[in-house]
Amino acid sequence: MPITVGMKVLDGFRAAVGLSMAGKRNPWGKPSSSGSDGGSGDDGGEGDAPDGGSDDGDAPRGPRNPWLPPSRGGDGPRRSASIEDIFRSRGPEGPRRTGGGGGFRLPERPGNGKLIAWVAAGLVAGWLVFSSTHEIQPKEQGLVTWVGGKYSHKLLPGLNFTLPWPIQEVTVANVSQIRSEKIGGDGERLLLTGDQNLVDLSYVIRWNIKNLPRFAFQLDDPELTIREVAEAAMRAAVAEQKLDDVISGAGRGDIETSVRARMQQLLDAYHAGVQVQGVAIEKADPPTKVIDAFKDVSAAQQDADAMRNRARAYAQQVRARSEGDAASFDRIYAQYKLAPEVTKRRMYYETMESVLSKTNKTVIEAPGVTSYLPLPELRRNSAAKSDQDTSKQGGQ
Amino acid sequence: MNDIWQSHKASLIAIGVLIVAAFSTMFVVPETMQAVIIRNGDPVSVINRFKPGVPFGRDGAGLWYRIPLIERVQFVDRRILNLDMEPQQVLSSDQQRLEVDAYARFRVIDPVKMIQTAGTEESLQTQLSPILSSVIRQELGRRPFATLLTAERGTAMANIRTILDKQARQYGAQIIDVRIKRADLPDGSPLETAFTRMQTDREAEAETIRANGRRDAQIIQADAEAQAAKTYAEAYGKDPKFYDFYRAMESYRRTFENGSGESNIILSPDNEYLRQFKGTQ
Repeated sequence: MPITVGMKVLDGFRAAVGLSMAGKRNPWGKPSSSGSDGGSGDDGGEGDAPDGGSDDGDAPRGPRNPWLPPSRGGDGPRRSASIEDIFRSRGPEGPRRTGGGGGFRLPERPGNGKLIAWVAAGLVAGWLVFSSTHEIQPKEQGLVTWVGGKYSHKLLPGLNFTLPWPIQEVTVANVSQIRSEKIGGDGERLLLTGDQNLVDLSYVIRWNIKNLPRFAFQLDDPELTIREVAEAAMRAAVAEQKLDDVISGAGRGDIETSVRARMQQLLDAYHAGVQVQGVAIEKADPPTKVIDAFKDVSAAQQDADAMRNRARAYAQQVRARSEGDAASFDRIYAQYKLAPEVTKRRMYYETMESVLSKTNKTVIEAPGVTSYLPLPELRRNSAAKSDQDTSKQGGQ
Repeated sequence: MNDIWQSHKASLIAIGVLIVAAFSTMFVVPETMQAVIIRNGDPVSVINRFKPGVPFGRDGAGLWYRIPLIERVQFVDRRILNLDMEPQQVLSSDQQRLEVDAYARFRVIDPVKMIQTAGTEESLQTQLSPILSSVIRQELGRRPFATLLTAERGTAMANIRTILDKQARQYGAQIIDVRIKRADLPDGSPLETAFTRMQTDREAEAETIRANGRRDAQIIQADAEAQAAKTYAEAYGKDPKFYDFYRAMESYRRTFENGSGESNIILSPDNEYLRQFKGTQ
């Protein structure tokens, strides 16, 4: 129905255009002659007279009439009218009366109609153009629905034409754009792992529209569905992994792959028209309550490594010393073997010399004398010595 | 205008009447809806009923008509709808508590039955939701805690879906899928004990790692000492007597010369060092 309405409007528009064209030729051609005659643009009673509607009298005043009258034959009558008009202007009223006055007034009236016609035509044309051409950008697709929501077809990127607006409506959606849905991240979100531990997990689902009609018509809330499907898939995947694998990242790849596959399977089963592009685990941490214990494990690893390092350092030291000792013994022993007696003596005397030179010595000469250890004496000596030392230090 | 009104009065009125009649007769069925035409309270036909495999655009959506005043149209959602439930505490067969939150996806496949039994989608949801809860409690309650978490959940879910579907069919709805979206330890003591277990588990691990470190350190040191002993033995074993002398000399130096503390040495003239001191020989 609306199509035909549109056609009618178009016809009306065309008619209006035609009229205005016809009118243009005549009235404008006309007044120029009368203008040369009259000159002054004063519209007197005569100007009103045509409005009054005396047919015969009006006819000659050409410019007005061409608008109204299919009844008027063609050029002939007009011309005669114009001649009459000229004569009239030469009459008693001549100088006052003008065709110019008529020319001045007349376009105004038809002008209203013309303007309305133009505006209407413009609106209709705009409506036709804007509501029936659709430029779909490369990443987008358009969904064409009939009035009332029945699905018609899909628009692919490029310039597309549909029926104008009320008849067909176009909804454009960006189908290639990857949308992301973040799950978790605000506060703690604990999931149970396969070994019945808890892990605080947040992740991001990236998806786009695979099938626009399905996406639009199949689910009551596609985003909610995606979130819930993701949550179910993630829980199932995490429940198959051990806590350490989830946290350390060893099992993350597996989880992400399996969540993506599960989600896709479920969404396809719902005919959701959604393509899951990827799942990325953003955070997989132990619960905050026990995180210290987890940190302590890595600290323990460091501690153990530190202990091993210290032991290795000590080992190097012991080994090096033993090798050094052995080497020096070997050198001296080599010399000793060349001259055993002399070397042994020399070493003995040198050692004794250096040892005894720094110690207090008491030699008890007489045989048979019972030797008492002169302990007080020794103590005094040592005390004096220490006094000397301290005074030395004080002097300094 | 007056002229038009005067001359076309009858036809204008006719057009007006037609428009009113059209508006009260025609109605629009969107792609997302099924429409049930109820004639004097009796559902007589379904428009745009869901049929699997029929592509959009070839189903029954679009403009439809009805008999005004006599026939009434009720719309029923044609899409897959969400059935949610309150989180539930489930007691597993080994008496452990688990807080379960699940959802089901369903579609109204028999709108007439749905209207007769439930009335609207909302009341259908409120009626199915407790059924979902109780089915989940029953099914999961038969299983030990550990299997609730793992892939074995799949068969449980299928059972739940079957049971729930049987119930839902009575309302003209089809259950498409049931999924557990959360299965958590309930707050309070179950969660706390789990935390404690995790913590002690980690503490044990940390202690094991430290103990291993200590053990490794001891072994490394002992290895080095053994190797040193071997080196010494190889070197000194060539002449134990000289070693005895050599080591004694070194020891004297360390003890008396470099050692701390005051030393007093009382020498007997018979001492080997003073042998020449006597000058007798």
